[in-house]
Amino acid sequence: MRVLVCISNVPDTTTKIRFNAEATKFDDTGVQWVINPWDELALTRAVELKEDASSPVNEVVIVSVGLAVVEPTLRKGLAIGADKAVRIDLEPNDAYQTAVQLAEYIKNEEFGFIVCGIESGDYNDASVGGMLAEILDYTSVSSVSFVSFEGDKPIFQRDVADGKEQVEVTGTAVLIVQKGFARVPKIPNMRGIMTARSKPLEVIEASSCEPLVEFVSYKMPPQKGGVKMLNSAQELIDCLVNEAKII
Amino acid sequence: MNFQFTEEQKMIQQAARDYAQRELIHDVIERDEKAIYPTEHIRNLSELGFLGMMVDPKYDGGGMDTVSYVLAMEEFSKVDSSIGVIVSVNNSLVCYGLEKYGTEDQKEKYLKPLARGEVTGAFLLSEPGAGSDATSQQTKAVDMGDHYLLNGVKNWITNGNTASTYLVIAQTHPDLGHRGINALIVDRHAEGVSIGPHENKMGMRSSDTHSVQFTDVKVPKENRIGEDGFGFKFAMKTLEGGRIGIASQALGLAAGAYELSCKYAKERKTFGKEIIKHQAIAFKLSDMATEIEAGRFLCLKAAWLKDQGLPYGIASAMAKQYCADMAMRVTTEAVQVHGGYGYVKEYHVERLMRDAKLTQIYEGTSEIQKIVISRAIQTGDI
Repeated sequence: MRVLVCISNVPDTTTKIRFNAEATKFDDTGVQWVINPWDELALTRAVELKEDASSPVNEVVIVSVGLAVVEPTLRKGLAIGADKAVRIDLEPNDAYQTAVQLAEYIKNEEFGFIVCGIESGDYNDASVGGMLAEILDYTSVSSVSFVSFEGDKPIFQRDVADGKEQVEVTGTAVLIVQKGFARVPKIPNMRGIMTARSKPLEVIEASSCEPLVEFVSYKMPPQKGGVKMLNSAQELIDCLVNEAKII
Repeated sequence: MNFQFTEEQKMIQQAARDYAQRELIHDVIERDEKAIYPTEHIRNLSELGFLGMMVDPKYDGGGMDTVSYVLAMEEFSKVDSSIGVIVSVNNSLVCYGLEKYGTEDQKEKYLKPLARGEVTGAFLLSEPGAGSDATSQQTKAVDMGDHYLLNGVKNWITNGNTASTYLVIAQTHPDLGHRGINALIVDRHAEGVSIGPHENKMGMRSSDTHSVQFTDVKVPKENRIGEDGFGFKFAMKTLEGGRIGIASQALGLAAGAYELSCKYAKERKTFGKEIIKHQAIAFKLSDMATEIEAGRFLCLKAAWLKDQGLPYGIASAMAKQYCADMAMRVTTEAVQVHGGYGYVKEYHVERLMRDAKLTQIYEGTSEIQKIVISRAIQTGDI
C-alpha cells in the first residue's frame, strides 16, 4: 500500500518574524526552513507503518507545493524514511491554491490513504486537508490518532470527547492529524541521511489555478504585557480595582 | 572560500541537536550527580549511526565527513559533554585508528561492530607514569612468537568498563625507545584483564573512566596494528584526529554555556532592567560570542583539512588548545552571568564549567598542544 504525506515547508518555530518595508510580504531573509511540525509527525507515523512488517504499507511518498527552496525540506523527509518526493513547482499564495495543486497530482495516482498535518506552522489556516478531500471528493477523517489494519483495510481511530472512535472509509481517505498521531518526530539516522540524496525527487509543473486570497498587509501582534507577581489577595484586589479597573 | 554547509551536514547538525535538546537534557543533571553511564542514550545514538559516523559504509559506518562530526559533537556537548567524549573516543580514536591502519581482517572482525555501535571501544595510552610523556610506556607486550604477553596498568581510560574492544599501546622493545612501541587490539573480556574502580571525577561524570590492568594477557600476533614498532606513531597520528573531537566538545560546552547565559540575561532583571542591558553583562556575552565563533572556525578548518586529505596535525592542535582554554573562560563567565543561580545544578552552567576543565587536560594538555604548535613554528611548518 502506498501512503502519501503532504508536506508544508515552514519557517523554524524560533524564527524572528519580519516583513518587507511595505508590510505586504513576509521577509524570508536568513530564515531556516523546516518540515511543518504536524506534517513531520504524520510522516513519522507513515514511516513507522512502513517499517512495521505486519502493516500493508510498503511505500511512503511525500509531496509539497513550492519552489526549489522546498527541496532541502523534502530531502529531510526522504532521510526520515520516505521513498519518493514530489515537488509541485509553484509558490502557493493560499490554502485553496495548495489544495488544488495537490489534488491535480493525487487524482492520477493511487494511494491507500493520504495524510495532512492539521495546520501549517506559518499561516495556521488549518484548511488544506479539508479542501483537498472536498476537491477530490474523498472522505476526510479528522483528529486521527492511530491507524490499524484488517487485512489491507485501514481502520482509523479518532480522538473524540470522552473516548475513541473507530472509522472505516469507502475509497481513499484524507487523514487530518495532530499531535498524538506520532509521539515525537523521527530523527533521521546516518543511513537515511546518506541515502536521501539518491532517492527520487520529482518536480512537476503546476496546473493553472488562481488563489482566492490576496494579502493586503501584515501587522505584528501587540507586545504581551509583563507578568506581575503578587503576594497577597489584597494586592490582587487593589490591582483589579486600580490598574485593570474591572472591579 | 565557502562558508555554506551541505544539506547532509545541516541534517546531521539538526539530528544531533534534536536528540540532545529532546532527550539528553532530561536526565543530564541526575547522570552527572550520580555518575551514571548513559547506556540507553548510547544505544539510541548507535541506532542513529553516531557511534561510527565517519566510517566508510563498506565497514557499516555512516560515511560522513569530519565537518559533520564537528557539528554533531558541538550539539551533543552543548547539553552533555559526557556523551560527547564517549562519541569522540569511539569515532576519532578507535574507529578511525582501525579504519586507517588496521588490516582487512581486523576491520571485518573489530571495526564493523564498532561502526554499527553494537559495541564501544577504548583507547589505552595513558599510564600512572606516562601521560603527556607518552614515550615512557611501562606496559610491556613481550613477543612470544605467535602472540604477545601483555602486562601493565593503563590509567584514565574512557569507556574503560563498558568498551568491548581496547586499542592498547605497549612497549615491546624497550631498547628502541618509542620505536619499540606497538598498538594491540585486545578483547576486554580476555583472561587477565581486570578493571579498576570507577574514577570519581570532578566533571564528565557520566562518562565511564577506569584504570585497566593486564596480567599475562595473551594477544594474538594478528591483533597488532601496523608493522612491529608502529605503535607510537599510530597513537600520535590517531590523536591528531582525536583532538578535533575534543576541540569540538569544548566548543559545544562553551556554546551551550553561552546560549544559557543569553537566555538568562534576557530574563533576569536587576536595577529595573534585564541584565543583558547592563554593559558589564553585555560585554561578557559579546566576548563569549566572538571567542566561540573563533573556536568554531578553528575546529571546522582542522576538519576540512582532514576531509581534503591535507595535513591537519597543527590545525587540530590549535583548535584543541584554543577551544579548551576558551571553554574554561566562557563557562566560568557563564556562571558569573548567572550569579548565585549559576552555582547550583538546576541551571546547568556549573556542570559545564566542571566539564570544561577536563578538555584542557585530556587528549593532550593545552601545554602539550603549545609544544606541538611551537615546534611547527621552529621548523618553519607554520
